[in-house]
Amino acid sequence: MATSVDTEEVEVYLDHAASTPLRPEAQTAWLNASAHHHANPTGAHRAARAARRALDDARDEIAAALARPPAEVVFTSGGSEADNLAIRGVLHAQGGIAVCSAGEHHAVLEPVEHAGGLTVELEADGTVSPDRLAAVLDAADQPVSVVSIMAINNETGVVNDIPALVEVTRRHAPGAWFHTDAVQALAWIDLAAHVESADLISITGHKFGGPVGTGALFVRHGVELDAQILGGGQERGRRAGTPDVAGAAGFAAAATATVSARDADVARLGALRDRLVAGLRDRLGEVVTPTVLDGGAPVAAGIAHVVLADVEAEALLFLLDAAGLRASAASSCSSGAQDPSHVLAAMGVDRMVAQGSLRLSLGHTTTEADIEAALEHIPPAVERLRAHGGG
Amino acid sequence: MVAMSGGVDSSVAAALLMDAGHEVVGVTMKLWGGPSDTGCCAVSDVDDARRVADRLGIEHHVFNFGEDFERDVIEPYVADHAAGRTPNPCIECNRHLKFDRLVRRADALGFDMIATGHHARVVSTPAGPRLGRGVDAAKDQSYVLHVIEESVLARMLLPVGELTKADVRRLAMDLDLRTAQKPESQDVCFITNEHGRAAFLGQRIPLKPAAVIDRSGEQVGQVDSVEMVTIGQRKGLGLAGGTDPKYVVDVDVTAEGDRRVMVGEKADLVAPVTELESWRWVGEPVDSPLRFQCSAHGRVEPGRIEDGCRVVWDEPHRRIAAGQSVVGYDADDVVVGGGIAGRTPL
Repeated sequence: MATSVDTEEVEVYLDHAASTPLRPEAQTAWLNASAHHHANPTGAHRAARAARRALDDARDEIAAALARPPAEVVFTSGGSEADNLAIRGVLHAQGGIAVCSAGEHHAVLEPVEHAGGLTVELEADGTVSPDRLAAVLDAADQPVSVVSIMAINNETGVVNDIPALVEVTRRHAPGAWFHTDAVQALAWIDLAAHVESADLISITGHKFGGPVGTGALFVRHGVELDAQILGGGQERGRRAGTPDVAGAAGFAAAATATVSARDADVARLGALRDRLVAGLRDRLGEVVTPTVLDGGAPVAAGIAHVVLADVEAEALLFLLDAAGLRASAASSCSSGAQDPSHVLAAMGVDRMVAQGSLRLSLGHTTTEADIEAALEHIPPAVERLRAHGGG
Repeated sequence: MVAMSGGVDSSVAAALLMDAGHEVVGVTMKLWGGPSDTGCCAVSDVDDARRVADRLGIEHHVFNFGEDFERDVIEPYVADHAAGRTPNPCIECNRHLKFDRLVRRADALGFDMIATGHHARVVSTPAGPRLGRGVDAAKDQSYVLHVIEESVLARMLLPVGELTKADVRRLAMDLDLRTAQKPESQDVCFITNEHGRAAFLGQRIPLKPAAVIDRSGEQVGQVDSVEMVTIGQRKGLGLAGGTDPKYVVDVDVTAEGDRRVMVGEKADLVAPVTELESWRWVGEPVDSPLRFQCSAHGRVEPGRIEDGCRVVWDEPHRRIAAGQSVVGYDADDVVVGGGIAGRTPL
């Protein structure tokens, strides 16, 4: 390929918000558990009880990471399942409708829309406004059984004011439970404090260095929800299926490691993120616009979402990939193509502008060298595409 | 960049280019996300293309051109049918997506050449690069490729044009590609067998009835949806039985919403000219007698272009529905121009 695109020399992974490498602690815990606990924890014999104990130890550890009672923890296969269990589980048990923000992950949006629910548009700064939520709840013509607002938006990194949104829900839809998809949040904020008043909380291991295929839904005592996977009654009848003991062990170890490293990581990675964004602005000037970082709302330290004028995200990701940089734009559909961002649309960002969106996300393995490489390769790729009509 | 549709021809095209020493990247365009029987570039075909790329050891990327497709293929298709025309959306997809949008993307990303699995050839002539027929006459696709501009031909590779379809399938089997036995895409990728064209169009536009009249103006029948009628049609016109067969010779849908379908005898189905609403020469206009093809695997008949806006046939030629492509070949069987038929008055 006779181009100005660099051939691959490095691997610069800046897509941690999609998935992040397994932490060593998690890998060790997973390997140990998988070596020792092959028994099914639901049996009566010693090997089963040992597996059961390992599962419950993991449960305790995960609960501690969010400062909630272990009895609230329902292990799932990940965030999507936890979100589905929360929305569909409550709707099936209680009837009524669900309300969520228009910027939710599809694992919340789809179940809500599928069941005829309502959405709340985002503000221009990317947040969910308590006043706007109140208005939607007041206008609902059916009883609202669950309100779902994510703690941190996976595209922009914006942190929603969960305590204020819970407060609004209590006042304007007192019969509704409050669910928060906190899948992106554990590594970036004091999640335990932030979601203390929420009734249902989804988390997933692979966003903070745990194994893919692990997750949990926290279910406050008193919330009635119908299991979505029926069978042997595991997880107190809330989610059937042989528990993944090794997965839970890895998941728990990752959660603990993430929480203890959090303050240091947030400081370190926040500085790197800021340097990345400043560097891009230096080099590209008005071509680059941070989507939410200038807006005043709190943003996760590791997410840098920008829009680039006159650039097609799909083409940019290709060029960055050719240079060894791994990033993303909006969401990928199952074919691998990029779909337009519903989050930016919900914020009122013009569709054409949104085509130039780029999400660079940092994680526990990100180094200065990654940022230097990004600053070296992103600007020429952007300039090339702009010279070619965007790509 | 090899455009991989998920079919056997583009799969083998990629393999041949690798053999020839090119650095190959496979790309599939995501164009239509709605219901589709497996065809060209539909969602399930992306999987086939990706796994063939994996097998061959090349990168595979998917580009989402769904908005372009909606604007440049679907909407004009619907508008054409609403106007009583018979469009060929696959040709419009070639015009706007495969050989325009995709080529611009290839340029932006630094690719030197773009290749597809079409059964056709790029032929060097003193006048410049031209599109020639594929060696397998029964599978030749040069007709649907008439929209490719000279500047794009100059950077195209069509490896499969030198092979018969049987050769292609044999090579695919030798390479153990999952698409070796895959059936060819038959119909338009966004129309399913189950629901058909009427259902697709009916979701987007009102389908309106029209009177069927004979050449004297007397009403002889009725159709429920004038949007579905095409020139040459015999059935579904509500005609009384027992008479000589009648054929649609004209469909008239005016801007004011008047709708008429005119039928005539078999003899009325031919005309000395075919009006063109557009005509484009690939390079310079060609003076010498040409032969024209008016459907994907139709016969070529001799004629000439007059005033850049009609084909004058050597012998009276069957009427062509407005919206269909008319492609001109020179004596060396190379595409020298192409256009879209308009409404030819009786």
